[in-house]
Amino acid sequence: MSGRRVVAEADLCQAHQLCQPEAPGVFGFDPVQDKVVVLNEHPDDEQRESVRRAVRYCPAMALSLVEEGRDG
Amino acid sequence: MTTVSTTSGPSLDAVPEVSGRADDEFGHLEELRADPIALLQRLRAECGEVGRFRLVDHDVVLVSGADVNEAFFRAPDDVLDQAQAYPFMTPVFGRGVVFDASPQRRQEMLKNQALRGEHLKAHAGTIEREIRRMVANWGEQGEIDLLGFFAELTIYTTTACLIGDRFREQIDRRFADHYHDLERGTDAWAFVDPYADIESFRRRDAARLGLVELVQGIIDARAGEPRVSREERDLLDVLVSLKNDDGTAHFSADEITGMFISMMFAGHHTSSGTAAWTLIELLRHPEEIDQVVAELDELYADGSKVSFQALRAIPRLEAVLKETLRLHPPLILLLRVAQEDFPIGGYLLPAGTMVGTSPRVSNRLGEDFPDPDAFDPGRYIDPRQEDLTNRWTWIPFGAGRHRCVGNAFAMIQLKAIFSVLLRDYEFEMAQPPESYRDDCSKMVIQLERPCQVRYRRRAGR
Repeated sequence: MSGRRVVAEADLCQAHQLCQPEAPGVFGFDPVQDKVVVLNEHPDDEQRESVRRAVRYCPAMALSLVEEGRDG
Repeated sequence: MTTVSTTSGPSLDAVPEVSGRADDEFGHLEELRADPIALLQRLRAECGEVGRFRLVDHDVVLVSGADVNEAFFRAPDDVLDQAQAYPFMTPVFGRGVVFDASPQRRQEMLKNQALRGEHLKAHAGTIEREIRRMVANWGEQGEIDLLGFFAELTIYTTTACLIGDRFREQIDRRFADHYHDLERGTDAWAFVDPYADIESFRRRDAARLGLVELVQGIIDARAGEPRVSREERDLLDVLVSLKNDDGTAHFSADEITGMFISMMFAGHHTSSGTAAWTLIELLRHPEEIDQVVAELDELYADGSKVSFQALRAIPRLEAVLKETLRLHPPLILLLRVAQEDFPIGGYLLPAGTMVGTSPRVSNRLGEDFPDPDAFDPGRYIDPRQEDLTNRWTWIPFGAGRHRCVGNAFAMIQLKAIFSVLLRDYEFEMAQPPESYRDDCSKMVIQLERPCQVRYRRRAGR
């Protein structure tokens, strides 16, 4: 996903854990903080669709894809 | 994230007040009880992003717009507190049952209780089972009351999913009827006195007693039965099994009922109303219902199960559900109380100010949603995605820290309901399209009766 970065806002994460099965190598989970973690900010094109689905179906709207060079 | 934080600015007195304040001690209360949508819309039209109305002896500052909504929704609980803002809920739940836990507590509850991703698959199966039971005696054709039908269905789905199948099997229509009266007891008169001697509060209190009696009856019946296996135990078994040191029950039937009422509250009237409005909007827009039915027919053509598909993308149906939620958000006013001086929209509101935002107003802001009053599911299809691009103003589920934790569950429930209804039956309106409307005289909005639709079994089903 050239030019776009995966961002997860821990503040908003409610630990539903739907994103990890959706896009496994991209989203992980920190059981201590009980929050999502981004494992790979720049997933390759093959994962583009699954990352989009994870963003779209995040029940907390905590995930986004932002243009490189912006902080959201 | 462009929110500018200021620690100074004009105070509450400088916030414009909406017209129509009654010349008495209650301010805008009567309009809030009679036609809250008109009040909230007029406030936005007259005052813009930040305005206020008068609720009995205090001001309520209402914000609408991406930046001010973001500031509202991002504020932590020790800045904007939710618990104090809803006095009409205390007598519904019962004294001592918290209205809403802190985000941390909510997260813990989510960890253990049933709304997490891993449980959703089982819930989808439960919901399919319950909707099929509701239509089992429908026959070839007939007519239903949308309010009664969906209110009863969602009592069964919420009890089965949140409390357990065993409890669900021990309740019937009476539970749904009492619960409905309880919801009707959310009269904004509670801002004057939540225990006033008025009709809606008398019914509310009688309904709560009725529910306690039903729960007590179930507890008593279980006491005489052999113990059930661990797998069959439900939340009621667990709560009843907790004893004090002297061997007496830790929770009374009254307390347990209060917990059940509060667990079910956020998920019941919201899902019920949204299901009803989805069907109404589909019937008002025949081209949309055709597309959704075609989508479902294709999706299920291979014999796949509702419990499987409801967890996956059903894009056209999802777009219809989202558009229904945008136009008919179940909650029209979200409130908080400032715990410290709170900067928002260029003002500095003093501690103690009640602050609110309105999903009904925000969801229809013309700058974010072109042609805002039009029902247009195309808004959510790529590349428009007007929900994701407007995450602080597309707020049928709220936003930020208190965003509805049940929203994934709700969407799955609605997808399962319509996967069954729209494949097996055809529907038509039994009254003029514009005659379906909400009764907004209580803080919990419900469809106004009559709200009838006719059904007929589809050929070959």
